[in-house]
Amino acid sequence: MSAPHSPPRVLPGLGLGLGYALVYLSLIVLIPLGALILKSSELGLHGILDIATGERALAALRVTFGASLAAAAINGVFGLIVAWMLVRYDFPGKRLVDSLVDLPFALPTAVAGITLATLYAGNGWIGRWLEPLGLKVAYTPLGIVVALTFIGLPFVVRTLQPVIEDIEPEVEEAAATLGASRWQTFVRILFPAIFPALLTGFSLAFARALGEYGSVIFIAGNLPLVSEITPLLIISKLEQYDLLGATALAVVMLAISFVLLLAINLLQWWAANRHRGSVVEGARP
Amino acid sequence: MSRFNQFLSGLLLATAATLAQAEVSLLNVSYDVARDVYKDYNPLFQKFWKAKTGEEVTLKQSHGGSTKQVRAVADGLEADVVTMNQANDVEFLAEKGLVAKDWNRKFPNNASPYTSAMVFIVRKGNPKSIRDWGDLAKDGVQVILPHPKNTGNGRNSYLSAWAWALKQPGGSDQGAQAFVGRLLKNAPLFAAGGRDATTTFMQRRIGDVLLTFECEAELIAREFGKGEFEVVYPSLTLQTEFPVALVDKVVDKKGTRKLAQAYLDYLWSPEGQENAARNYLRPRSAELLKKYAAQFPAVKTFTVDDVFGGPAKAFATHFKDGGSFDQIYVSK
Repeated sequence: MSAPHSPPRVLPGLGLGLGYALVYLSLIVLIPLGALILKSSELGLHGILDIATGERALAALRVTFGASLAAAAINGVFGLIVAWMLVRYDFPGKRLVDSLVDLPFALPTAVAGITLATLYAGNGWIGRWLEPLGLKVAYTPLGIVVALTFIGLPFVVRTLQPVIEDIEPEVEEAAATLGASRWQTFVRILFPAIFPALLTGFSLAFARALGEYGSVIFIAGNLPLVSEITPLLIISKLEQYDLLGATALAVVMLAISFVLLLAINLLQWWAANRHRGSVVEGARP
Repeated sequence: MSRFNQFLSGLLLATAATLAQAEVSLLNVSYDVARDVYKDYNPLFQKFWKAKTGEEVTLKQSHGGSTKQVRAVADGLEADVVTMNQANDVEFLAEKGLVAKDWNRKFPNNASPYTSAMVFIVRKGNPKSIRDWGDLAKDGVQVILPHPKNTGNGRNSYLSAWAWALKQPGGSDQGAQAFVGRLLKNAPLFAAGGRDATTTFMQRRIGDVLLTFECEAELIAREFGKGEFEVVYPSLTLQTEFPVALVDKVVDKKGTRKLAQAYLDYLWSPEGQENAARNYLRPRSAELLKKYAAQFPAVKTFTVDDVFGGPAKAFATHFKDGGSFDQIYVSK
């Protein structure tokens, strides 16, 4: 854009579109986040780190990031299976199952949390079968993972579906005629094509899980050092009229999330390029 | 306060401004579970005000978590009056200059028109024979309560247990902290709020005893049936107050001071007091307390002022970061 002799663009409206996109992004994302960072800067870096490295805060960060990663990983595996089923196979009630996937989007998270806690409690429909096996879910960190898996599922499935749809069944047939085993077809042909989208779905589910509060507090048990999530500590600060402390925790979460998401994006970029590179290589005579 | 707060309050102001357009109207910003009390109270006051001045008055209610509500008021929500369940929340508004510094002397009874008490709810037949606070710290007893640091309800239970231990022969602050620590070890979880604790105890059948307000027991009976549980009154418990205050800044700006004053004064009228009693809140009027004696058994209570030197001090000692609650968990 800054080049003096940029060639005329085929599509009109770049200036207007870019301006609109920037203003919109600033209004919706950058200004609130900027205000948050500005507010927390009243504490100084030292003050922020002091708050974030307290014993309870560290434990909460571990629980929050650990449970979010675990939930996103579970969704990565099982969301892929669900998406694959929904795209590649026809079965009665497929439409219904397909729309079920969106429910976690629509359900108020508090409702989800209360429902899950009721199901997984010792006398709940699921909990009563798990508890004799020595598996406690409700009111343990495991419960947090369950809630976060629930809310994260649609992100993975909905990201993967269009990508899987784009893979022609002929590609698999071609691989088979060239003598590839089923496992080889999956590892060499299908997975590389799906992987970037899977990473996107994973990072969306992960990011969503990090900020989740409503569903988690009803199933977590909220015991200090055991099952407290960082958003609960933020609420705890607000209950002490300590807006500054709350912003400090929020900024720390934001910074860690940003680093992790950036890393995932880089990985995705690498995966996409590697894939493209190999296709070009393979196309050479 | 800061630009960030002003930015947020702008949004709230916009909503409040649209609410405040009717001629004579009053906004009562209140805590979460006060819905029923004020739903019944407002028509009583409207009738009284009509008879006295001939004016029709529109009464609006806003309910939510107590601390969130006062934050909204501090950020610009135009409440004429606040009716809260924690003195600290009104104190917060006083610090911001919205409410008079001596707000608790502006009305009788520490500006709290009715009270409640912290009680135990146990399973039918009281199988673990839970009679007093001491029983809650015994091995094998599971205690359900809302988060003791983050919720008003949980804080009240925490202070009750502390005060009981303090008043035992040879009681000291250290002993009380150790006792409360043992009691909290018996909590398998900290519920998100009062109603969540009730669901956990009654519906999911977790725990042997639920700590809650006396007035909640009646709601539990309505929801789950009277025969399902028993109420146990401990030997000593906290008398919880529900402070009310005029928001000076708002009533002066809107010119509603007289109306707002009358709205709060009327809470102490026989009709207002009886309304509280009907909602299972202990009225201040001795006469009505006698009339409703069946629903309010005599119980030995203390106030936060008696034992903890006032709500602000109690809050700073126990619930601020690094306070006694945090010490129980972190200093190990």
